Amino acid sequence: MKFFINIGHNALNTLRGIGAASIMLFQALVGKPQPRKMFPLLIRQLYVVGVQSMLIILISGLFIGMVLGLQGYTILVDFGAEQALGPMVALSLLRELGPVVTALLFAGRAGSALTAEIGLMRATEQLSSLEMMAVDPLRRVVAPRFWAGFISMPLLALMFSAIGIYGGFLVGVEWLGVDDGAFWSVMQASVEWKNDIFNGVIKSLVFAIVVTWIALYKGYTAAPTSPGISAATTQTVVYSSLAVLGLDFILTAVMFG
Amino acid sequence: MDNLVEVKDIYFKRGETLIYEDVSVQVPRGKVTAIMGPSGCGKTTLLRLIGGQLKPQRGSIRFADYEITELGRSQLFEARKRMSMLFQSGALFSDLTVFENVAFPLREHTDLPANIIATVVKMKLEAVGLRGAGSLFPQELSGGMARRAALARSIALDPELIMYDEPFAGQDPISMGMLVKLIRSLNSTLGLTSIVVSHDIHEVMSIADHVVILANKTVVGQGSPEELKRTGNDLVQQFLNGEPDGPVPFHYAASKYENDLLAGGHGK
Repeated sequence: MKFFINIGHNALNTLRGIGAASIMLFQALVGKPQPRKMFPLLIRQLYVVGVQSMLIILISGLFIGMVLGLQGYTILVDFGAEQALGPMVALSLLRELGPVVTALLFAGRAGSALTAEIGLMRATEQLSSLEMMAVDPLRRVVAPRFWAGFISMPLLALMFSAIGIYGGFLVGVEWLGVDDGAFWSVMQASVEWKNDIFNGVIKSLVFAIVVTWIALYKGYTAAPTSPGISAATTQTVVYSSLAVLGLDFILTAVMFG
Repeated sequence: MDNLVEVKDIYFKRGETLIYEDVSVQVPRGKVTAIMGPSGCGKTTLLRLIGGQLKPQRGSIRFADYEITELGRSQLFEARKRMSMLFQSGALFSDLTVFENVAFPLREHTDLPANIIATVVKMKLEAVGLRGAGSLFPQELSGGMARRAALARSIALDPELIMYDEPFAGQDPISMGMLVKLIRSLNSTLGLTSIVVSHDIHEVMSIADHVVILANKTVVGQGSPEELKRTGNDLVQQFLNGEPDGPVPFHYAASKYENDLLAGGHGK
């Protein structure tokens, strides 16, 4: 009996959390636009959330592309199909690894930072003081960070894929000797604009919404103590990683299934 | 007497804990009202209720022409433009300089040109003695300076009501003296109404016109400092004189001492 009570209790809490998070996002994003005030805030957040995540994304992308080139080559060469290395690297990156790994890295790099920053603003009463100054912290603090995540994640994912393809090229063509022309021309022939690139971008947009939303909500509702903020930061990374992987399966099934 | 804030019969519960039962507090306009009481009696909560950050389950809170408990989000923001709160931590924005912190409410709520904003900010900083510290960041300030900078920010928009949450907590005697003087002088020069939450009895009693003492979830005494010293009940007297034992017992409720010791066993 207790088991069922616990299930019900947890389900209710989860639903309540989702409801509260939706209300938070709604209040942050819906309202009279104030472009003159919002624009500088957005630019600043784009720098913090996007530009500062670029290095880790580029380095990871390069290595993942190189590994793909190496693994792909050793498998394909047995079948004499090493010309297919180009599309293999490009499609795995554009469809899957680009959006997914970018989202996971983004959750670890930018998501956790957002949670900790907003949690600390709560703990040091900065959010309350904004409220008391008649400035809505949802519009002022949450909204620009959300849009910054939404804009930067797809761009980061594209950069990830691009440098990954270059990594695959370095290993496959420069090092292992796959034919240069075949690598690029077969890739060009098999990667489709709508099916592969566009769908990958859609995936990143979905991941961007989910990861940034979780990070912001966890920060905004973090208990204003050191264990509270530390727990919220951990939850951000765990929940957003799980959400990204779960959603990736659903999106893949819908898009390519 | 004309009251700027009138709290009437509020009942407030946070989670399962009852904080207030039928609390009524009047804050006369143009005066310094002190709210005192033992730690944990919900003094800060009262400020948050007046500011509309919390909502009581029952009762009414009037500020100027607003009934705070019934306001929607946007009306609440309108009402808050006329009040201001100095937080215990100061709550300065750590990524902005002192000057920018004070300019922040002006930039948010007015369309004043930059040179006028600069003038206003300098005047406010001068009022708290920090005109020379405008370019410093909050982390470069001492605790007392941070609180004064926050005070400059709270008066930037010339509010009608300013609420101080424990302004003297953790201050050295010099900063304490400065803050006491500032609270009193700002109140008279700017025609403010102030609410000071504190338990530094001597400092508060020296500047307050009206004192409210909260304890046991309700108001146990309310009046001018002289009235309270003269006529307050036992609890008020214990509090004002800082007696270690009295209506608020020294011992936390427990079973009989001798029974507890003789019962043996481990701990508990």
